[in-house]
Amino acid sequence: MLLTITTTHAPATDLGFLLHKHPDRVQEFPQSFGTATVFYPEAGQERCTAALMLQVDPVRLARTLDKNRVDFSLAQYVNDRSYAASSLLAVALGKVFSTARSGRCDTLQDLADSAIALEISVPALPCRGGAEITQRIFEPLGWSVQAVPVPLDPEFPEWGDSRYIGLRLTGTQRLAEALNQLYVLLPALDESKHYWQSPEEVDKLISAGTGWLAEHPERELITRRYLGRSRRLLDAAQQRLRELDDASSPEDEPFEELPEPPPGRTPLNVQRQQAVLDVLRELGVHRVIDLGCGPGALLARLVEDPIFTTIAGCDVSTAALRQAGRTLHLDRMSDQQRQRIELFQAALTYADERLGGYDAAILMEVIEHVDLPRLPALEKVVFGTACPASVVVTTPNREFNVVYGGQVRLRHRDHRFEWTRGEFSQWVRRVGDTYGYAAEIRGVGEHLEELGSPTQMAVFTRAGVQDD
Amino acid sequence: MTELRLPARGLILLVGVSGSGKSTFAAQHFAPTEVISSDWCRGIVSDDQTDQSATPDAYDVLQYIVDTRLRRGLLTVVDATNVQPSARAALIEVGREHDVLIDAVVLEVPDSVAVQRNLERADRNLGPGTVKRQAQDLRRSLKRIKKEGFRRVHLLNGPEEIDAARIVREQPWNDRTELTGPFDLIGDVHGCACELSSLLLKLGWELEYDDAGRAVGAAHPQRRTAVFVGDLVDRGPDTPGVLRLVMGMVSSGSALCVAGNHEAKLVRALRGKRVTVNHGLAESLEQLEAEDERFRRDALEFMDGLISHYVLDEGRLVVAHAGLKEKYHGRTSRRVRDFALNGETTGQKDQDGLPVRGAWQTDYRGGATVVYGHTPVTAAEWVNNTMCLDTGAVFGGELSSLRYPEQQIVSVPAQRQWYPPPRPIGPVAGGRAGSALKITDVIGQRWLQTEHAGKVKIPEQNAAAALEVMSRYAVDPRWLVYLPPTMSPVPATAVGEHLERPEQAFEDYASWGVQRVVCQEKHMGSRAIAVIAKDAAAAQRRFGIDDGFAGMIYTRTGRQFFEDVTPLVEGLRDAVAPLLESLESDWLMLDCELLPWSAKAEELIKHQYAAVGAAAGAALPAAVSLLDQAAARGFGAGPLHDLGQLRDAVAQRLQNAWAFRDAYARYCAPADGLTGVTLAPFQVLASEGEVHTLTKSNAWHMEQLAQLDHPLITATRHRYVDLASPAEWEAAAQWWADLTVSGGEGMVVKPADVAQRRVQPGLKVRGREYLRIIYGPDYTDSLDLLRRRKLGKKRQMAQREHGLGIQALADFIGGEPLWKVHQSVFAILALESDPVDPRL
Repeated sequence: MLLTITTTHAPATDLGFLLHKHPDRVQEFPQSFGTATVFYPEAGQERCTAALMLQVDPVRLARTLDKNRVDFSLAQYVNDRSYAASSLLAVALGKVFSTARSGRCDTLQDLADSAIALEISVPALPCRGGAEITQRIFEPLGWSVQAVPVPLDPEFPEWGDSRYIGLRLTGTQRLAEALNQLYVLLPALDESKHYWQSPEEVDKLISAGTGWLAEHPERELITRRYLGRSRRLLDAAQQRLRELDDASSPEDEPFEELPEPPPGRTPLNVQRQQAVLDVLRELGVHRVIDLGCGPGALLARLVEDPIFTTIAGCDVSTAALRQAGRTLHLDRMSDQQRQRIELFQAALTYADERLGGYDAAILMEVIEHVDLPRLPALEKVVFGTACPASVVVTTPNREFNVVYGGQVRLRHRDHRFEWTRGEFSQWVRRVGDTYGYAAEIRGVGEHLEELGSPTQMAVFTRAGVQDD
Repeated sequence: MTELRLPARGLILLVGVSGSGKSTFAAQHFAPTEVISSDWCRGIVSDDQTDQSATPDAYDVLQYIVDTRLRRGLLTVVDATNVQPSARAALIEVGREHDVLIDAVVLEVPDSVAVQRNLERADRNLGPGTVKRQAQDLRRSLKRIKKEGFRRVHLLNGPEEIDAARIVREQPWNDRTELTGPFDLIGDVHGCACELSSLLLKLGWELEYDDAGRAVGAAHPQRRTAVFVGDLVDRGPDTPGVLRLVMGMVSSGSALCVAGNHEAKLVRALRGKRVTVNHGLAESLEQLEAEDERFRRDALEFMDGLISHYVLDEGRLVVAHAGLKEKYHGRTSRRVRDFALNGETTGQKDQDGLPVRGAWQTDYRGGATVVYGHTPVTAAEWVNNTMCLDTGAVFGGELSSLRYPEQQIVSVPAQRQWYPPPRPIGPVAGGRAGSALKITDVIGQRWLQTEHAGKVKIPEQNAAAALEVMSRYAVDPRWLVYLPPTMSPVPATAVGEHLERPEQAFEDYASWGVQRVVCQEKHMGSRAIAVIAKDAAAAQRRFGIDDGFAGMIYTRTGRQFFEDVTPLVEGLRDAVAPLLESLESDWLMLDCELLPWSAKAEELIKHQYAAVGAAAGAALPAAVSLLDQAAARGFGAGPLHDLGQLRDAVAQRLQNAWAFRDAYARYCAPADGLTGVTLAPFQVLASEGEVHTLTKSNAWHMEQLAQLDHPLITATRHRYVDLASPAEWEAAAQWWADLTVSGGEGMVVKPADVAQRRVQPGLKVRGREYLRIIYGPDYTDSLDLLRRRKLGKKRQMAQREHGLGIQALADFIGGEPLWKVHQSVFAILALESDPVDPRL
């Protein structure tokens, strides 16, 4: 909500001309979400400071915005919009200093065209990624950066720092450029935008980024963050249920693959998909169902091969299914192609007739997302009720985690367990015996003698089923 | 006069040329909705009843309607010419799909009459050629029509016979819905005559004996009816004795008996058909050989006449030897009989060469209770409203019976093992441990009938959202027999510095006719449902939990509290021991608040609340000091004149922010495992045999819980208010003010006594400072806007969810199947995903 711009370029009061705001006035600019005020705490020849203060009324903000359109966390009454230098401040800055941003100054055009000594101070800058990010972003632009993290609550030191930073930039810059940088970078550093992305946002980014963004080494990071996260994995209803449970905002991304592949190698998830496809072809499978298909990465591979005449994907997340539909371009598919594919919501702990009738079912990186006590229910649904001729299961090999350096526990926040090779083979044997499947275990990815492979895979074949 | 006996719930095809009088006949004998005519369907799809090009589409519609009606068990009459075998075959196929009886009624009139009638009809211009062609088709196919799959073909020859015909609707033989019991349902006897007599005596029956001292009949002084589930014969020591007694009971009307597979095979053997003599058939044949010819003939006739299943008690009870899936109840077909006698065959055989039976009961979702036998099990046990009564009497187990509607099992032990079991006897499939839920139990739009909130609609998208949370995060559904409902706040005050005040709650309750309320201190923590069993055995018995756990504590969306909940469960078990004793139960469920809030919500507090405080703490003091600095430049008046006002406003915001910070910090305590965690129970939801939340007053709950004296328990302060007393209103309001002045959450007001259905179960009244956590630090400056909040939907939800919660508990206590309990619990979660202002 607060930002100050100081210059020591004498006569410092010329700042008023550059900003088109008189140093001896307090000027108010009504915004749709509150009021922006410009005033000068100091205005001397050596040093002059302009302050932009934005007062946001969060209650009014929450009640005037359309609940269905707005980022849900913002629609709450408890938020930092009244205090933090968020995208709202950037919007106000963009409007209040629009002439200054254009670099036009009829009285002092030479000054407007020159770099002058500037100091920019933002006491509460929301910044995902911490102080280090601000350095990565502002230093290449020629600023000297001083970033001090704000503690969450001094009375609970064990909570550590908040996501806010007291930011102070000093440098010699053209004022218009400095303002444009702030206009783009404030929302990019902020976690959530206050309105949805529209195509105009891209235009705004390009015009405000003229002259500095194209050359910036972190251009991609800035662009990505400015334009917001392209997919929202939790819909509003999900979010309500999370809130009800006192859970914090959604940070677990169910489809994320944590371990980064070593540079130059095929990513593990791609190797895994390939391994599964190889097995399916080996088994002569035509009708296949991907249980827990997520956003449809494997489905997309299956669709490419006409040998798979019927391809089904199910997931418990409707958001994931929508994403899978987009991944597969279902809306643009020919009728003939479309007929091969079926997507539906299912939870694998509930018996479901729709899961039956396939040559093979795939459980790729799924079982580790199920609580261990609930796993028998899944086994019963898949092996007992749906009972396809073959089931392919992949899951992480916990022993391999040491290779991912320092990662002692689990590879993903939502993993309920990860198994050693011994634990996995024990499970495979028990399930096979219980439901009448023969099973073979293979490794996927780089194989190390003492650790095995990063992914372990089991291929179950129902007893009495012959190869085609 | 011709009498046509037609199946009351079957499919009737009218057969006759155009102009033979089918529609007139149909209108005369059937309700308009029972008759589906091809002309009408043609009109529906083409706006022209005579448009022959629309015939294929019209038949699609016709078949769809016929299909739907038959599925729903309705008599359906098809008014179409049906003169060609192929047209009839398609409809017969539909009828067979639904296992109904199919009759044809053929209307024959001279061609000249039909032609003349067609000429007289203004809306149709079928030439004589068409009619004659139809007549030809009909005559050609009449010879073979009886072999097409009809039960009966009724021929009406000529207009006079058609006019004079009378219709009698025949109920299926299996329809004995008029018999309402009470019944004594008796499992597979298999020739165990002594055990049968003992069981009947134990059930209070009086036996009748013949001169030779043989039991030949029985009657019950309370006029109960015995129902045998079949397999009276084979394997045991005295098949003739069993037959003699049961035949006597059936013929005197004191018993019913359905056919078992052993009777069916014995009938074939007695008729001289070639059968493999095994599974105890030899014993029956030998024993019957010793009887006289007449008995053998009577027994054969009796067994041959047994029908495959009965629907009793207005459709609430179905008896079939091997059980019966819902689709087949009251239906008649070969495959229904096969299912009823032999069960669902999977086509697979086990290692001993015996057929593998499908566990139809695990999928059963029907409303009717199904009682059956056939597969010996170690104990009679409910599975989804079904019960197998074959407890292996002939194999040395017990002969079991079920008193209906009392639901009481009465058994007698076998005198000895009369016959070795062909395979080991185990528990019934799908029993408590193996109870499986089906996706169709929860997804899609559904309406749930509740006792206390009427019919509740669960929209499809809410169910979809709930499915994800339920299946990814919730505890085992066997523990999850309840979820807490949402609670409405009081209406906003009209004026003053408060948004909520106790008086609003008192006014509401007074207006609903409540005389006395209880005000309970509202603890700010995390809502917790605690299920505590005395030991693992009790958990297994009551919840079917077989992994050794003896309790669970879960959140309001069904998630387990903490990674390891056991220490808390054990502590709580210790704490509630006196309550278990006084309730005479080996388990109970409590509705509680788990304290402190930070124990579970620390992440949320850090991300949502502390972060806001931190931002305020960084920005606002800086803003104040800049404004001070500007003011010090000496512009006290003129252009900077309003700076002072701005400074005061920002300073006020800083004060609000500190108050906000104090409000959340009050509920935070450094987390160190379970140290400092306590539970504040405020309701005893249920214990064995009783849903206390339904039957007991809130005053009772407070009394019970006040007895708990344990370090793990935080007491709930409370007081009663007689709503007729202004002084008590005032005192309670003061009590609330004292609770909330320093940030206390507030209180919940509930009726003190057992309340009427339509009254809100509770209203929350939150404190002024506490509400900063809810509406933001500066909400006190926007009271005018917040007062406009609407409560209607929230209150409706509170009532519906409350009704669903009670329904879940009542079903659980009443021994209803897991899927039914789960359906209500799931519905609560689904409703909670509905967009209602989360601040209410």
